[in-house]
Amino acid sequence: MADITAPAYRIIPIIPVLKPGAMEGKGPFVASDKINEAIGFPGQLVDDWHDRAIAKMAELLSKYRSLKVYMDACVHCGACSDKCHYFIGTQDPKNMPVARQDLMRSVYRRYFTLPGKLFPKLVGARDLTREVLDEWYNYFNQCSECRRCSVFCPYGIDTAEVTMAAREILDSVGYGQKYSNEIIGKVHKIGNNLGLPAPALLDTLEGLEEDVKEDTGIDVRFPIDVKGAEVLLITPSADFFAEPHIDSLIGYAKVFHASGTSWTLSSMASEAGNFGMFIGNYDQLRKIALRIREAALELGVKRIVVGECGHAWRVAYSFWNTLSGVGEGADETDRFAMMLQKQLDHRYRQPTHICEFTWDLIERNALTFDKSANDKHIITFHDSCNVARGSRMGDLPGGQFEIPRNIIRAVANNFVEMAPNTTREQTFCCGGGGGLLTDDLLDLRVKGALPRMEVLQNAVDEHGVNFMATICAICKAQFTKVMPIYGFDRKMVGGVHQLVSNAIQLSAK
Amino acid sequence: MNALFAVLFYLATLLFVVGLLQRIRTYAVTPAPLKIPTTPAPTTSGGVVLRMAREVVFFESLFKANLWIWSMGWLFHASMALVLVRHLRYFTEPVWGWVVFLQPFGIYAGIAMLFGLCGLWARRLFVERIRYISTPSDHLMLLLLIGIAVSGLLMQFAAHTDVVAVKSFFLGWMQFSIQPLPADTLLVLHLAAVAALLAIFPFSKLLHAPGVFFSPSRNQTDNPREKRHLSAWAAKLESEK
Ligand code: HEM
Ligand code: HEM
Ligand code: SF4
Ligand code: SF4
Repeated sequence: MADITAPAYRIIPIIPVLKPGAMEGKGPFVASDKINEAIGFPGQLVDDWHDRAIAKMAELLSKYRSLKVYMDACVHCGACSDKCHYFIGTQDPKNMPVARQDLMRSVYRRYFTLPGKLFPKLVGARDLTREVLDEWYNYFNQCSECRRCSVFCPYGIDTAEVTMAAREILDSVGYGQKYSNEIIGKVHKIGNNLGLPAPALLDTLEGLEEDVKEDTGIDVRFPIDVKGAEVLLITPSADFFAEPHIDSLIGYAKVFHASGTSWTLSSMASEAGNFGMFIGNYDQLRKIALRIREAALELGVKRIVVGECGHAWRVAYSFWNTLSGVGEGADETDRFAMMLQKQLDHRYRQPTHICEFTWDLIERNALTFDKSANDKHIITFHDSCNVARGSRMGDLPGGQFEIPRNIIRAVANNFVEMAPNTTREQTFCCGGGGGLLTDDLLDLRVKGALPRMEVLQNAVDEHGVNFMATICAICKAQFTKVMPIYGFDRKMVGGVHQLVSNAIQLSAK
Repeated sequence: MNALFAVLFYLATLLFVVGLLQRIRTYAVTPAPLKIPTTPAPTTSGGVVLRMAREVVFFESLFKANLWIWSMGWLFHASMALVLVRHLRYFTEPVWGWVVFLQPFGIYAGIAMLFGLCGLWARRLFVERIRYISTPSDHLMLLLLIGIAVSGLLMQFAAHTDVVAVKSFFLGWMQFSIQPLPADTLLVLHLAAVAALLAIFPFSKLLHAPGVFFSPSRNQTDNPREKRHLSAWAAKLESEK
């Protein structure tokens, strides 16, 4: 791993020349029998993988309109071809979104369309051979499901959907990816992705209370499993002990303290992340989401608030209502959803992002800040892909861009933007999303970070930026790891609520 | 010859209509279990109609992505639309007023369409990335359309055909009566290529035309928190326990 170096910045951001095969065989570790079986997948590649894979594909084509339409509609126009950070960083043509889709589309054409059955060569159709399956494993585990390509496609073809389907097929034949599947096992067994057991969690929270007391002289609480609390906070488990994540957790606690909100964490649902989405498996996605429903019912909370985590917010905002009933607007006859929706307080958005929560308070003048506490920072904001392109905040489209920026401006004096074609819905992925945040993919992660690092460098050179705020646990972990390789200080990255924490004024309540 | 073409067009039209309807039906009945609009997305269905209209009429996303593909692609599609409108004169008697009104604007549309197609093809041939993703069928599709456009334009500007006879052939064709068709090579080429286009439409990437309307990332409203969205197969998972 010592030989991993950062690719050179492009002088002008031209589209790179192709280097076929550059990332061949550079996929992640394959999951072991134990890991796969723990979550209900075959332990190893099954003997009849070919037939099972085709059958699974047929099933997914009949269950997901997205996959069906996306397989047919692509005209190979190439609009998406230069939009993927992994293509830009690796130059491997199979990391172009359309080429990535074509790995599956070629098989789709062969088995599910007339021209592909009759004239495979003509339409680029291929049999599903072992080589093709290996290629799937390799390149569908080099996509962070960031949806940047989908913004530019004239039909909105979302490579993330294709990647999810491919991973689901691979899992169903026993060819799963170690990192994601191991984490899903942990969430079921222990309650969170990091495998932090409840007693350790309690210790950590007590330690945090002491730290904050020492820092501020004020008793800020970090309650857990409190029945009858108003707010249940669901946050990525990295917030409990990883740097810089923990500083944002302190920020949330201070906001709750300052606004006098009664809140609680849950040891059963001590994880906002949901890797079920990354592997495209609806059952896992649903099971992991149901833990939050159970915790909410058991603790009798009125509101559910979600901490800083990109894909978790997409799952919470876009999928929770569907999966577990956390939301509103279910049918009166829908007993499953109504059970929870009757309990929740619909004067508030359900679920609420912690940024929505804080910004509401700021708008009502319920919080006071000393902005100068952040004067040492010249701040920019990195939009996280799942928040930017898979969710919303507030009432207006694009609130997911405005609200975090509004908070930063409310708590700090120096804020600048990065280049406009790399922010908001056109933001570049950090390079570590979608179940790729593992050391066996470090080379890919470093290369995938290239486009973001280039524009950050520009912001540093032009404006002296020394802090990049972001609201995603994966972005934070990825950047602290790869930024030193690009010559930046790892402490440059942090959460929006870390800035809130620096500036908020507490009174002993 | 006359009968051959009449039958050819019946078959091609049948394939086109039945194939396309069947495909559209599949798209319509396949559920979309999760809310996946690419955000920021409209929060109302009126907003979705507007978003869709911008995509279909102006190719909005493509505009953001790449000006070369956008300008050539939009030029090709817009002029093809005009050309097709102009062609309605072969199938209607009397010709509808708005079609008559558009005739003069359409005269040069054929040239613009050819220009757009050549621009797109040049990109496919000379840009490394696009060449890499192109299959033989992508090239052939453009060649087929170029063939239709060139043969049509030659009829219009060089070797005229008897358009009155063409019209009476197709008016008769629509009533299942076979009329004589001028035996000009260009016309035969033009019509054979059009029949081929009709026949492959439901089996090829030309499905992007109906597909765009069914793309969940573009046609869903962004209201997952406000309204519970549940597909039939996902609902079954709930009743099981
Ligand atoms: C709802 C109607 C339609 C819409 C919104 C639409 C949109 C598009 C868009 C955005 C592209 C990509 C850009 C480009 O390469 O031009 C495209 C490509 C293409 N369209 Fe359409 N289209 C429609 C109907 C049609 C029809 C009816 C035909 C066939 C006669 C057609 C033939 C093509 C072809 C051949 C390409 C590929 C061009 C290439 O190889 O680069 N389209 N279409
Ligand atoms: C059954 C259907 C069709 C018939 C009977 C037909 C017939 C003709 C005729 C007779 C002309 C010569 C016009 C003149 O001399 O003024 C022509 C021109 C042309 N056709 Fe077609 N055509 C058909 C379908 C199509 C289709 C589907 C396309 C495009 C995809 C097309 C593209 C053109 C073009 C570009 C021209 C030259 C410009 C123009 O006159 O508008 N045709 N067609
Ligand atoms: S979803 Fe993101 S990572 Fe995947 S192909 Fe598209 S741009 Fe690349
Ligand atoms: S932009 Fe869409 S239609 Fe064009 S090549 Fe990419 S996926 Fe295919």
